[in-house]
Amino acid sequence: MTGLLGKKIGMTSIFDEKGHIIPCTVIEAGPCFVTQIKTKDRDGYEAVQMGFGEKRERLVNKPAKGHFAKAKIKPTRILREFRDNGVSDYQAGQELKVDKFFAKGDLVSVIGSSKGHGFQGVVKRHHFGGGVRTHGQSDRERAPGSIGSSSFPSRVFKGMRMAGRMGGERVTIRNLEVVGMIPDSNLLLLKGSVPGARNGYVEIRKSKAH
Amino acid sequence: MDKLKLVEATQMKSNIPAFASGDTINVHVRVVEGDKERIQQFQGIVIGRHGSGMNATFTVRKISDGVGVERIFPLHSPRISKIEKIKEGSVRRAKLYYLRDLTVKAIRQKIGA
Repeated sequence: MTGLLGKKIGMTSIFDEKGHIIPCTVIEAGPCFVTQIKTKDRDGYEAVQMGFGEKRERLVNKPAKGHFAKAKIKPTRILREFRDNGVSDYQAGQELKVDKFFAKGDLVSVIGSSKGHGFQGVVKRHHFGGGVRTHGQSDRERAPGSIGSSSFPSRVFKGMRMAGRMGGERVTIRNLEVVGMIPDSNLLLLKGSVPGARNGYVEIRKSKAH
Repeated sequence: MDKLKLVEATQMKSNIPAFASGDTINVHVRVVEGDKERIQQFQGIVIGRHGSGMNATFTVRKISDGVGVERIFPLHSPRISKIEKIKEGSVRRAKLYYLRDLTVKAIRQKIGA
C-alpha cells in the first residue's frame, strides 16, 4: 500500500538547488491511523482502511464508536481504503507518518473534491466561445448555440454539453513531484496544484511505475 | 495558515538588510556560466518592494549607457549572495514608477540618490 490521507493547507513557492522558483502545494499528510485490515478470507479482497483528521466525540455515532474502539484509536474525520496485496505488514491502530511512503523526487497522484462553482453556463463550464457581441445581437453573448438538428433525429443526443452544476466532483491529478517534506509536522510539498479548496481532504497515492 | 509559514520559514533568509523605495543598493547576483560561478553586481535605485513572506520581490532601476534597465529580484532568492545599501533616499511614495520619465539629473535632484 502506498498512499496516505491529508488536508490541503495552501500554496506557496520554494527555491530549488538552481535558484528557480517552484510553485508548490502544502499538504498536511498524516498522522493517519490504520482502522481496519480487510482480508481475502473475511472480506473477499485485501485492503488497508485508514482514518485521518479529528472528529468531536459528540458527532460520532455508536456503530462508528465501536469501529474505532476496536482499533483502539480516537475517532477520525474521514475513512478511506487503499487496496493492497501486502496487508500483513500492517495492523489496526498503527500510526502512519508522511516519511513512511514518500521521499523527495517521488511522483504521486492526488485525489480530491474540486471547488464547487454552482450552476454555471456553457462558457464557464465547457469553455464555449459564446456568440458575437455586435452586429445587432441580443441575448446571444453567452448562449450555447445549436444543440442539434431538427426532424432527424428529433431529439437531443445524450451527453450534449449544456449549462449545469459545475465543480464539487472527484478529481485526480496525476504525477505531481514531491519537492519537499517536513516530517516533524507531517507536511508534504508537491509541485503544482491539487484539487479543492484549502482545508479540503485529499488522498495521496504513489504513482504507478511507468 | 501557520503551517504554511512553517514551510516558508525553511526557505527565507534572515540576514537581509533593511532597505526601502528610493534607496540606492548594490545587489550581488550569483551567475552560473557553464560550470563556473561568478558574482555580478547590479547597482541602482529601488523603485518598489512587492509581496510578503516567501514571495516578496523588489525592483531595482539603473541607467546603463543611457538606457534604463530594471531588474526584479525575489527577495529570498539563493542566487542573491549579498545586498548592500549604498545610500538612503528620501521619497514620499512606495512605488517610484515616475522615475522612468525623469532624466538622470532630475532623479538626482528629486531623491538625492
